[in-house]
Amino acid sequence: MMEFDLAFIWAGLIAFAVLAYVVLDGFDLGVGILFPFLKETREKDLAMNSVAPVWDGNETWLVLGGGGLFAVFPLAYAVVMPALYAPIIAMLIGLIFRGVAFEYRWRTQRWQHWWDKAFFAGSTLAAFAQGVALGALVQGIEVDGRAYAGGNWDWLTPFSMLVGVAVVMGYGLLGATWLLMKTTGSVNDHARRLARPLAVATLALIGAVSVITPFLDPIYLSRWFSGWTIAFTVLVPALILALAVLMFSGLRSGHDTWPFLSALGIFVLSFIGIGVSFYPHIVPPSLTIWDAAAPDKSLLFVLVGAAVLIPMILAYTAYSYWVFRGKVDPNEGYH
Amino acid sequence: MFGIEALDLARFQFAFTVSFHIIFPAFSIGLASYLAVLNGLHLISGKDIYLKVFLFWKKIFAVAFGMGVVSGIVMSYQFGTNWSVFSDKTGPVLGPLMAYEVLSAFFLEAGFLGVMLFGRERVGPGLHFFATLMVAIGTLMSATWILSVNSWMQTPAGYAINDVGQFVPEDWWAIVFNPSFPYRLTHMVLAAYLTTALVVGGVGAWHLLRDSTSKSARLMFSMAMWMVLITAPLQIVAGDFHGINTLEHQPAKVMAMEGHYDSHPDGAPLILFGIPNPEEKRIDYAIQIPKLSSLILKHDLNAPLDGLDTIPDELEPPVAIVFWSFRVMVGLGMAMLGLALFGVWQRYRGRLYVSPWLHRAAIAMGPMGFVAVLAGWITTEVGRQPYTVYGLLTTAQSASPLEASAVGASLLSFIVVYFAVFGAGTFYLIRLMGRPADTAKGKLNEGPIRTAGLTQAAGMAKTINPAE
Ligand code: HDD
Ligand code: HEM
Ligand code: HEM
Repeated sequence: MMEFDLAFIWAGLIAFAVLAYVVLDGFDLGVGILFPFLKETREKDLAMNSVAPVWDGNETWLVLGGGGLFAVFPLAYAVVMPALYAPIIAMLIGLIFRGVAFEYRWRTQRWQHWWDKAFFAGSTLAAFAQGVALGALVQGIEVDGRAYAGGNWDWLTPFSMLVGVAVVMGYGLLGATWLLMKTTGSVNDHARRLARPLAVATLALIGAVSVITPFLDPIYLSRWFSGWTIAFTVLVPALILALAVLMFSGLRSGHDTWPFLSALGIFVLSFIGIGVSFYPHIVPPSLTIWDAAAPDKSLLFVLVGAAVLIPMILAYTAYSYWVFRGKVDPNEGYH
Repeated sequence: MFGIEALDLARFQFAFTVSFHIIFPAFSIGLASYLAVLNGLHLISGKDIYLKVFLFWKKIFAVAFGMGVVSGIVMSYQFGTNWSVFSDKTGPVLGPLMAYEVLSAFFLEAGFLGVMLFGRERVGPGLHFFATLMVAIGTLMSATWILSVNSWMQTPAGYAINDVGQFVPEDWWAIVFNPSFPYRLTHMVLAAYLTTALVVGGVGAWHLLRDSTSKSARLMFSMAMWMVLITAPLQIVAGDFHGINTLEHQPAKVMAMEGHYDSHPDGAPLILFGIPNPEEKRIDYAIQIPKLSSLILKHDLNAPLDGLDTIPDELEPPVAIVFWSFRVMVGLGMAMLGLALFGVWQRYRGRLYVSPWLHRAAIAMGPMGFVAVLAGWITTEVGRQPYTVYGLLTTAQSASPLEASAVGASLLSFIVVYFAVFGAGTFYLIRLMGRPADTAKGKLNEGPIRTAGLTQAAGMAKTINPAE
């Protein structure tokens, strides 16, 4: 039932890029989402320093997700971008504000608090817009021929708003647990206190979204409750539950790394869940990955490069995380 | 009716966002290489001064790079949001090139940027130099791929068209190394180096005017003036070759650049100045040198040159814009050459660091690289209208099926956000450039922007803005 060809491999790679984006930029967007809850300016400085060396690399996975879609599934890119026009533009604007805040806030005193607000608002807007886009995609996109056929506001539904809030909470959780892992002292305490309610909210929202999704479209229902995927249907929630237990016990016992790792695990599992709902579609309900794929010659050309370059990227990304490993030293300068 | 309006808005949005974007790469490509050179010189010679100047420009680089990244992400999504038909049709050919750009360039820059900016003390000088070098190579790779993309749109090659109307690859070599690519890449990379050299020179001159003994300012100014002296003449030669290549592949663009409404069967004049009159299809008040255009473009005084009268009206690019932007670029190119010559002359006389007029000229030319880059891109892009893929896909056919209200709203937000965000950024950049270059001490953690640490947070207030 699975067709193992170039389009399939590429669907896997794009999914990997998006997942890498979600977990990596997830925690640094999350730090932005939590910014107003941190104290001036010491806690904020430290929180910012914990992500400053890596955020740009994290965000590049988003460029790979978008650029990759353009390269290997151009039809999907051409249909989805106009369909999700407003959320995408909102996300871009959010990313602009938070991206420049990393540098700008150190370049001024009088305006520093404004750039801190920009960092928070931009991060939250970007996270929310990503969730809304995901929600709208799950709900399905109207296609006619080779173009989007719906209106300006099709993306705006209660369900997409719900997913938007879920993503904000989830990124917030990633951010809080990241800070827990990377900092000491008052930021660490603060992050631990924030993590608990965020974890509760995230789990509740994931539950709500998962319960609604199968009823949005009978196809989703059948994918989850028939055939071999039924194993997933049982397994995924069970594993999420197990990770939730691990997280809460880590939070209680004062362990600094478990909560982050279990938050990552929860994101990975939810992502697999979405994958099960989608497959074999890339733009539900009309386009499968094979409808949208570029010709094999294009897929192969990029695959050769990806096979060499992605391992290298992973290696030097790991190296750069290694260079900045451990708790952030409060006495180390930003530049 | 709405379709037309949405199209115009989308075009304006593209031109607006890409014009902002290109400013930052033009600077960060050159500055990344300059930083790598400074870092390398410090590594070899051990002299403090190189590190000092490195630290001075590093912070400026960090701010400019951040602005480049956020404006670039907008670009890469804009293809899909506003030009979805274009994306569907050209995706199989152009998408892979852009994917290679992400994989080979953007990740490289981003991966090593953190180490370059924050990691010197953690990795040591050798690896720190390596990280700086990787960032510089990343910016050059990025330029290579994106210019291949742009050049393919100008001079498409190596493709076929499939049954659903998509361009599909036939020969990757021909696609990547399409006919205008080598010229455009050379011209753009030189433009980036020249632009950066002018900025560095302008900043050096600014400090020399205040204090002509400043060692850092002397180093910057001297290096920059050498760089301008090398790149300005090269750029003019590269531009000439570029124009000859364009004449071969996009003759209508050259006709618009030259202002040749009429054909000249026996030697075309070079119009220096004049006012294009699109209604009457002529250049009013033209000041021209007979037969020079034929000499430049065909290397023969009497060679015939066709004019826009041989092109159907609806395929004619907007002449006035192209005519003017081309003259701005070439005029600035000549002015840069003038600055370079003034500089060597003063150097020869031993007055390089004490010539206020040279310094004033260098300050005035400081931002002119950006103006020339924008003028150049406007020439290139407007000159290829009405096509996005030259001769094959028109701009009107490329747009997304969107309502004008959606495109208009996003355009408006970009305008407001860009002016606010990049306006503030430019202000910070200028302030950083104005800070005294010599107070940046040799050791990294004594830089004037020592910030952030818990213990330092209070002290930071005093050191952050010496210019204020
Ligand atoms: C990767 C491709 C690419 C690159 C590197 C550039 N452009 Fe471009 N440009 C396009 C791809 C494109 C396009 C997608 O093909 C457009 C969109 C609409 C159009 O007419 O062509 C376009 C249009 C367009 C227009 C509008 C022309 C008109 O509507 O009359 C302007 C003024 C520019 N561009 C300016 C620039 C500048 C300043 C650039 C410097 C970075 C630049 N372009 C790089
Ligand atoms: C319309 C076409 C363009 C698109 C879609 C585009 C896309 C992008 C994107 C997505 C980024 C951010 C990458 C990151 O996350 O690090 C970026 C940055 C960059 N772009 Fe572009 N770009 C365009 C035009 C150009 C041109 C013409 C050049 C140079 C010749 C260029 C050179 C660069 C460089 C050097 C960077 C590194 C960041 C910086 O600006 O400092 N780009 N671009
Ligand atoms: C003075 C002599 C110069 C000549 C004869 C010249 C010639 C040209 C020509 C013919 C084009 C259009 C090519 C096409 O679209 O097919 C062009 C584009 C361009 N020029 Fe110049 N140029 C000169 C100086 C400069 C300078 C000083 C700069 C910047 C510092 C510059 C930056 C650019 C850029 C960025 C483009 C657009 C990208 C490209 O097509 O390469 N040029 N130039």
